Amino acid sequence: MLIKDYKPVLFDGAYQKDEWTLGRYVAKGGYEAAKKVLAMPRDPNTRNVPAMIDEIKKSSLRGRGGAGFPTGMKWSFVDYKSKKPRYLAVNFDESEPGTCKDRVVGTYNPHMIIEGCLIAMHTVGIENAYIYIRGEFVEVFDHLTRACAEAYKAGYLGRNVLGSGFDFHVQPHRGAGAYICGEETGLLSSLEGDRGYPKVKPPFPAVEGAWRSPTVVNNASTIASLPFIIKTGADAYSMIGAKPGPDGKPVKNDSPGSQVYCLSGHVKKPGNYEHPMCLTMRELVFELGGGMKDDIPLKAIIPGGSSMPLMRYDGKSYTGSNGKEITDSLDMQMSFDELKKAGSLLGSAAVIVMNERVCMVSALYNLVRFYHHESCGQCTPCREGSGWLEKIISKIYHGKGKPDDFERLYNVATQMSGTTICLLADSVAMPVGATITKFKEEFQHICKTGKSMVVEKFGEKAIRL
Amino acid sequence: MAFAFNDDSEKQFQWLLKRYPEKRAALLPCFRLAEEQQGFVDQASMEYIATRLELAPAYVNGVFTFYSHYRRPEDGKYIVMVCATLPCGLMGAQQVADCFKDELKLGMGETSSDKKFSLRKVECLGSCTTAPVAQINDDYFENLTPQKIKEIVGALKEDKVPPHISNGPSLEGGRCSYRPMVEAFPEGK
Ligand SMILES: Cc1cc2nc3c(=O)[nH]c(=O)nc-3n(C[C@H](O)[C@H](O)[C@H](O)COP(=O)(O)O)c2cc1C
Ligand code: SF4
Ligand code: FES
Repeated sequence: MLIKDYKPVLFDGAYQKDEWTLGRYVAKGGYEAAKKVLAMPRDPNTRNVPAMIDEIKKSSLRGRGGAGFPTGMKWSFVDYKSKKPRYLAVNFDESEPGTCKDRVVGTYNPHMIIEGCLIAMHTVGIENAYIYIRGEFVEVFDHLTRACAEAYKAGYLGRNVLGSGFDFHVQPHRGAGAYICGEETGLLSSLEGDRGYPKVKPPFPAVEGAWRSPTVVNNASTIASLPFIIKTGADAYSMIGAKPGPDGKPVKNDSPGSQVYCLSGHVKKPGNYEHPMCLTMRELVFELGGGMKDDIPLKAIIPGGSSMPLMRYDGKSYTGSNGKEITDSLDMQMSFDELKKAGSLLGSAAVIVMNERVCMVSALYNLVRFYHHESCGQCTPCREGSGWLEKIISKIYHGKGKPDDFERLYNVATQMSGTTICLLADSVAMPVGATITKFKEEFQHICKTGKSMVVEKFGEKAIRL
Repeated sequence: MAFAFNDDSEKQFQWLLKRYPEKRAALLPCFRLAEEQQGFVDQASMEYIATRLELAPAYVNGVFTFYSHYRRPEDGKYIVMVCATLPCGLMGAQQVADCFKDELKLGMGETSSDKKFSLRKVECLGSCTTAPVAQINDDYFENLTPQKIKEIVGALKEDKVPPHISNGPSLEGGRCSYRPMVEAFPEGK
């Protein structure tokens, strides 16, 4: 059931032209949360605020960058014994195809991110934060820079902020068109002034990150959620999206808080929809999204950004890797754990909807081309594997595939998984595996006959990317 | 041609050095300074930046070529970047690409002989809910249609501000610069 009366966390209202300014933000109660947190004492030995780390743990906030990792836990993994300075890196690279939520927060509510930075910095014991913004987002960089300038002038950033005795600095930093800089260690390499090459983990950034110092890397929307959590209280936040259990008492959602779902593709009303994570795919697409565009039946949905396995929704079942017949359900809850159980992942909550006219071979070709283009080239299985995949799918797409090319796709994809420095290789292997498993007949048909099944069925109206 | 930071860039450069624990981290921001100052990053500016940051020119060049988003000397005045990734593809990115090709009489990846327009395919621009999308220089153009494209290209050909810019609340002047922060907090640290 859709919930109407909850308070949005990130998309907090109708946006005015001057929405991004400090005046507007303070009028909405901005920086009150930071004042509260900065008044809390730091532990002189660890230089952090243990009570606040516990508070964030209690809120059960999970990262919005893709992995859904518990934020409080990430903060507790920081090497607090190290005498080195610590850093905060805010991931504003937002490049996962389908994802466009951070951009809205950064354009209209840059101060929410700055306040979130203050909360994270004081809690973990950090003086310097860097917001890594993808190069294309000029407007976001502009607003964040001006918002930082306002914050410095007003004493929310700079020396001895709000009488806390501590200095806080936030520096917007522009990337320059490389998807891989969204991967946390790639981001740190790029921030240091190098190529955006990911690094082998461990050591994790929390132990050895930017400039070999303990570094917290969080997505921009994760950071922007912090002021709200402080204001409403961790317990209240953790109950957002709860459902009544068997005894009538509310049971916590596996993914508390609200999520901004980026709904794109063939729906009547594409857009960013914020909602607690108890909603189902059906509610998102058919209620919030207004249903299928031009009422053309649904075929498939990618639920969490293009790296995640897609779901098949044309009413047909498919044979899963365990040999069982599976039918994907639209009534599945769009939370981190429930989607995982259903064989996919929520990732960045970018929901890409495809109608029955889409040739899945062409859709996969488009994605594989993307990942091949964005592979940084450090690891052979990723660099060569994504290249092979693109070559094979291109051949199939152009009607020159052979029956055994189908197997070959599968083999290359399985060999790429888990053998590389970062997860980009898995990001291409997962959609390939899922698409060819779930739409096997389409791939086999084109490999055998050289013709797209969808084009045969819909002719001119078929969508071949 | 030789390159050197002008006073404004130099001021931002000095400030940037205070913002990072290591000089090298100012490299990407320095490319942006050069880009803002002269419109592109070329060999001369790279060598200059290498000297200023005490880095090997080959290193600076290697880092530069890793990234695709900087303006190069050979680029046109207006770089038209058409998003070609899946969400845009589903909503007609191919037609958008064809329409730009027709209007500009250019192929993908080409620059016009008068160096006014470059046309290229890019990957997801992070605006998928308003697909199909293109970016021209710093500006976003969303929910594109052939009619909109005609009007946009028409205006740019006459060097006028094009219609249909959808950046959100856009601001005048001084974009992509650290100037507001340098003024607000000149100490830097
Ligand atoms: C190939 C790749 C690309 C990624 N791109 C992004 C991105 O654009 N934005 C983002 O926030 N996280 C991205 N991530 C996830 C980050 O590595 C990291 O998990 C995240 O920033 C952590 O923040 P969170 O805990 O707040 O979610 C990417 C990961 C991989 C493997
Ligand atoms: S997996 Fe791919 S993108 Fe990641 S480090 Fe290796 S080559 Fe680079
Ligand atoms: S796919 Fe075009 S903006 Fe995301």
